Amino acid sequence: MTSRLTRRQRRRVSQGIQYAVFVGVLVTIGVLADWDRLQNQFAQTDLIGKLFPDIITIALRNTVVYTLSGFAFGLVLGLVVALMRLSSVAPYRWVAGIYIELFRGLPALLIFIFVGVAVPLAFPGTEIPGGTYGKVALGLGLVAAAYMAETIRAGIQAVPKGQMEAARSLGFSHARAMVSVIIPQAFRIVIPPLTNELVLLFKDSSLVLFLGVTLEERELTKYGRDLASQSANSTPILVAGLCYLMVTVPLSFVVRRLEARADRAR
Amino acid sequence: MPQNEIEIRGLRKSFGDNEVLRGIDLEVARGEVVCVIGPSGSGKSTLLRCVNLLEEPSAGQVFVGGTEVTDLDVDIDAVRRRIGMVFQQFNLFPHITVTENLVLPQRRVLRRDKAKAAAVARENLDRVGLAEKADAYPAQLSGGQQQRVAIARALAMGPEVMLFDEPTSALDPELVGDVLAVMRVLAGEGMTMMVVTHEMSFAREVADRVVFMDGGVIVEQGPAAQVVGAPREERTRNFLNRILDPAAEARPTSHLPPEDDG
Repeated sequence: MTSRLTRRQRRRVSQGIQYAVFVGVLVTIGVLADWDRLQNQFAQTDLIGKLFPDIITIALRNTVVYTLSGFAFGLVLGLVVALMRLSSVAPYRWVAGIYIELFRGLPALLIFIFVGVAVPLAFPGTEIPGGTYGKVALGLGLVAAAYMAETIRAGIQAVPKGQMEAARSLGFSHARAMVSVIIPQAFRIVIPPLTNELVLLFKDSSLVLFLGVTLEERELTKYGRDLASQSANSTPILVAGLCYLMVTVPLSFVVRRLEARADRAR
Repeated sequence: MPQNEIEIRGLRKSFGDNEVLRGIDLEVARGEVVCVIGPSGSGKSTLLRCVNLLEEPSAGQVFVGGTEVTDLDVDIDAVRRRIGMVFQQFNLFPHITVTENLVLPQRRVLRRDKAKAAAVARENLDRVGLAEKADAYPAQLSGGQQQRVAIARALAMGPEVMLFDEPTSALDPELVGDVLAVMRVLAGEGMTMMVVTHEMSFAREVADRVVFMDGGVIVEQGPAAQVVGAPREERTRNFLNRILDPAAEARPTSHLPPEDDG
């Protein structure tokens, strides 16, 4: 009998079934879910009121500060590692290669525990400058540098060879040509992937949870968890999640725009 | 002490097993315009790139203005300041404006102050007829305009010698004339020039001397009228026939050995 259907009819049947399944699942969820309980657990309005303004002025602010300090440290270190990776001196290349493999191959959480626990245990008395902020910048930056180094290296190599030749034949030294001509162009190429890295770091800053921080140093995840256990209610987690999305979704949108623009320019 | 602006002695260059230059001796006198012609793969671009050491020669010596470029102890950046180079692909810096392309090297390399560098930039853009494009970005210019900016950028450094590596080969035919006009004026002003080119009419009209290369050696050299007009060597004649009238080829030729041609 199906063989009797025309192509148009067959398409209509297929689409109809897919929509029916979709609506069916929605209705089932709507009927089965305990809406009162859900609202009570995840969207308690008076609790939401209590979260503000601290969740913004302390937690979100700290998340942003941690992310930016980690990004800045990672960017500088990543640039150094990228240049070492491209060096004509073989030991520099080896060290950079090992660094990249090491920090890309380890969980960020392990690095955080290393910075927060292992280093103070191993070298008692030494303080990482900047307290918690310094530790977070170090932990996030060490990991981010490994990824950014590979991105920056690819960016430098994407600058046409003729650019270096033109600069050298004008009398630039190799180092000066790198700084004045090659790296500025490489950074234009790597802005979209680096922005992506920023989004990843923004989320990874939640690992601060494992460092042991003061009340004033709490970021979104820690803040959300603390208040959730205090109030025995999940609403703070949901609000903290929304705060992350407020930043990550627009940033991802910007990345897509930048990538589209880079594609057009090519 | 060599008296010539450029002096090349026993120059050899290999890439792995491939010997591209097999012993080149060549002098270019001060103020002389030398055009280097020859089939692709003959080593003429490599020869030019050995003059400012963009390629490191495997053997032999190169002198520019009396300084040995190939000397390992020479300050190569200082030597290159005296040698302007123009590339087939222009190689303007795409992330900065035309004026900044001219200013940046003067500031960073010659340490000129801002006002002086800007004045020299303006003067040289004027010289290539592109003063009105001062604030444009390279991508906004035609290929011919980009190449003229590249020439202006090299000139702004005040070079004693200009090297041109197929400066019109990447251009649409209708844009070639403007670039050649700039080069013609430059030659008229007495600039020492070494030009790798396929523009036979330019070579014939502007060059004091034409050098024909094939297979990594200089096959024939002399006044343009002789080398282009009445070549003595069979290989030169074959090359010129192919280049001046490519449609005349009766059937596809294997170009090697050249005796098979025509």
